[in-house]
Amino acid sequence: MALDNQKFGATRERLDSMILPEVGCTAKARECAIKRIETMGLPHRRDEYWKYTRPDTLIQPVAPTAAVFDSNEPLIFGELDRLKIVFVDGLFNGDLSDDLSLDGVQIDRLEDICCQKNHWAEEFYGTLEARGQSHVERPLAALNTAYAGDGVVIRVTGKLSKPISLIYIHESEVSDVFLHHVVRVDAGAEATILENGPAAARFNKCMEIDIADTGVLHHVRAQGRDHERRAVTHMFARLGKESVFKTFTLTANGVLTRNEMVVELTGDDATAHVSGAALGDGDFHHDDTVFITHNAVNCESRQVFKKVLRNGATGVFQGKILVQPGAQKTDGYQISQSLLLDDDSQFLAKPELEIYADDVVCSHGSTSGAIDDEALFYLRARGVPEGKATDLLTLAFLAEAVDEIERVDLREEINGRLAGWLERRRG
Amino acid sequence: MLEIKDLAVKLEEEDKQILKGVNLSVKAGEVHAIMGPNGSGKSTLSYVLSGKDGYDVSQGSALLNGADLLELDPEERAAAGLFLAFQYPVEIPGVGNMTFLRTAVNAQLKARGQDEMSAAEFLKAVRAKAKTLKIDAEMLKRPVNVGFSGGEKKRNEILQMAMLEPKMCILDETDSGLDVDAMKLVSQGVNALRGEGRAFLVITHYQRLLDHIKPDIVHIMADGRIVKTGGPELAVEVENNGYSDILAEVT
Repeated sequence: MALDNQKFGATRERLDSMILPEVGCTAKARECAIKRIETMGLPHRRDEYWKYTRPDTLIQPVAPTAAVFDSNEPLIFGELDRLKIVFVDGLFNGDLSDDLSLDGVQIDRLEDICCQKNHWAEEFYGTLEARGQSHVERPLAALNTAYAGDGVVIRVTGKLSKPISLIYIHESEVSDVFLHHVVRVDAGAEATILENGPAAARFNKCMEIDIADTGVLHHVRAQGRDHERRAVTHMFARLGKESVFKTFTLTANGVLTRNEMVVELTGDDATAHVSGAALGDGDFHHDDTVFITHNAVNCESRQVFKKVLRNGATGVFQGKILVQPGAQKTDGYQISQSLLLDDDSQFLAKPELEIYADDVVCSHGSTSGAIDDEALFYLRARGVPEGKATDLLTLAFLAEAVDEIERVDLREEINGRLAGWLERRRG
Repeated sequence: MLEIKDLAVKLEEEDKQILKGVNLSVKAGEVHAIMGPNGSGKSTLSYVLSGKDGYDVSQGSALLNGADLLELDPEERAAAGLFLAFQYPVEIPGVGNMTFLRTAVNAQLKARGQDEMSAAEFLKAVRAKAKTLKIDAEMLKRPVNVGFSGGEKKRNEILQMAMLEPKMCILDETDSGLDVDAMKLVSQGVNALRGEGRAFLVITHYQRLLDHIKPDIVHIMADGRIVKTGGPELAVEVENNGYSDILAEVT
C-alpha cells in the first residue's frame, strides 16, 4: 500500500539516521523499543491519532533549526529553594547543577544505572512506555526509549524538603535531543518535580513515573520562551493504591508542541489530576493528548486544559477516559476550553469516554469562546483600560487550570509568567 | 456637570430609534431622578453615557464638565468622573473582587496622573467603606459578583462608587431586586456620598427609592424623550396615578 510504503519508508530513513547509544544494561529495552517502532512505524499525517498535528518535522532525520530566544526575562522558578539538575542541549551539566544528594531521594544519571548491578531503575526503563502502547500506538515514545542519550532516574523514598528542578537550556540552533527520565515514588514518599526550559531545537522527552501505594507526586512544568522550538513529550504514569499524582503544564510559544500524558490508575482510591494552560500566538501549534485508564475501584481523575489563542494560533486537545471493567466508583472529569482572541485562531478538541463499568461518574466538556463583552464593558466602565481588562479576563479564564497546582508559590510563579506574556503582547 | 443636548440614539443592529432628542442639565451637588414606563429609553441613556457598544448616536451631544463624553472610551469616561451603577451587575468568575477594585481605582488614579494607592492604603480604605455597607470580608475575597445575592450585588456597586469617588453617578434601577432593608442600606450609602462636588442621576420605576434618596428634580421620560420635569412632587404623582395621566397630559 502506498501509505504503508510512505510511512515505513520514512520510519526506516529515520532509524537509519540514528546511532544507538552504548549503554549496556538498557540495551535490551532499547532493542525491544526499536522492534516496536519497526512494527508500528513512526507517525504519519494520515494516522488518526495525528489528525490535528502534523508529525513530519518531528520525525524527519534532520531537525529544523530553531533560533535561541534572546530574552532578559529570568528563567522561571529561579527564586525557589530547589535542587537543580541542568541539561544543556540535552546533556547533563554538572557545573550548572546542584549536588545531587538530598535526604529522601536517590538521583542517578541514566548512564550511571549501568555501573551498578541490579539498579532499581533497570526494571522500569522502557517498561511503562511499552505498557502505554497498549491502546494507542505512541511510536515517538518508543523512539525515545531506543535513542535517549541522557536523563536522570529519581527514586523518592521519603518526603522531600524541596522540589527537584529539571532545567533544559537551549544553546544550539540545530540541537536534536532525546531525554528519558524514570521516577519512582516509594510507598508513603512525597516529591515535587519541576521542569522548565526550551531544551533544544527539537526535543523528544519521555518520563516514566511509577508511584507506589500512598505515594504522592506533584509535577509542574513550564515549556516556553523559544518561538521556533519543537517538542514532543510523553509522560507515562502508573498509580498505586491511594496514591496521588498531580501534573500541570504551562506552554507558551513554540512552533510545535505535542504533550502526551498517559496515566493508569492501577490501585484503588488513587487520584490523578492532569492540567495545563497554553498561550499561543501566530504560528504556535500546541497539542495536549491525554489518555487516562481507570483500572481500579474508587479512583478519581481530572483533566483541566485551557488555551488562549491569537493571531492564527492552533490548539489541539485529545483527551480520553477509559474505564475498564470492574473499575467501579470511578469519578472522571474532563474539561477543555479555548479562548480565541480573534477569528483566525482555532481550537480542535476530541474528548472521548470509553466506559465498561456501570457504577461510574464521568463528565466531559469542551468549549471555544471569545472574551465576554459584558464583562469587558463592566471593567472598562470602572476605568480599567481595554488591554488590561482583556488580560484580567484572560487570566480569569486560565485560573481554573492554574488553580489545580496545589503549592501557592508555584501557582504564583505560573501566574506571573502568564501575566508577563500577555503584557508583552499588549506592547 | 452633565449637559445633554438633543441626544438621539439608534440601536446599531436593528435600526430602531430609542432616544429621540433628550435634553438634560445636571449641576454639581444636584440629585436628578428619571422615571418612566418600560421601554422609554432610561437604561439606554445610561448605557450611551457610559460608552457601551451597540448604540449609534445620530445627533446631539453629552458633555461632562465640558469634556465630550461621546468621543471617549468607556475607561476614559470613568477616569473623567462618570460612574454607572449597573441594573444588572456582571458576574466575572476568576477575578477577585479586591483585585478588580484595586485595579480600577489605580487605573483611574493613573489616568488622572495621580499616584497609585499602595496595597495597605487601599485595604484600609476598602475595609472602612465595606463596613458601612455591611459587606463582609468574605464577599470581598470572592470573584466579582459571583454567587452574590441581588442585594449584595447592588451593595457591591455602591462600594465601587465609594472607592472610585466619581463626580457624576448614574444609578440604573438600583432598587430593582432589593428588599426594604437592602434599599435602606444602599440609599444610606448613596446619601453619604452626596455633596457639593458630586451629582446623581437616579433612574427608577418607583417612587419608593426616592423616599430614601431625595431628588431635587424629577424627570419623566417617555418614548425616547423627557416629557415633563418637576420637583419631588412629580414622583408622588406618578406613584398615585401612574404614568398614563401624565403622558395623556403631555401628548
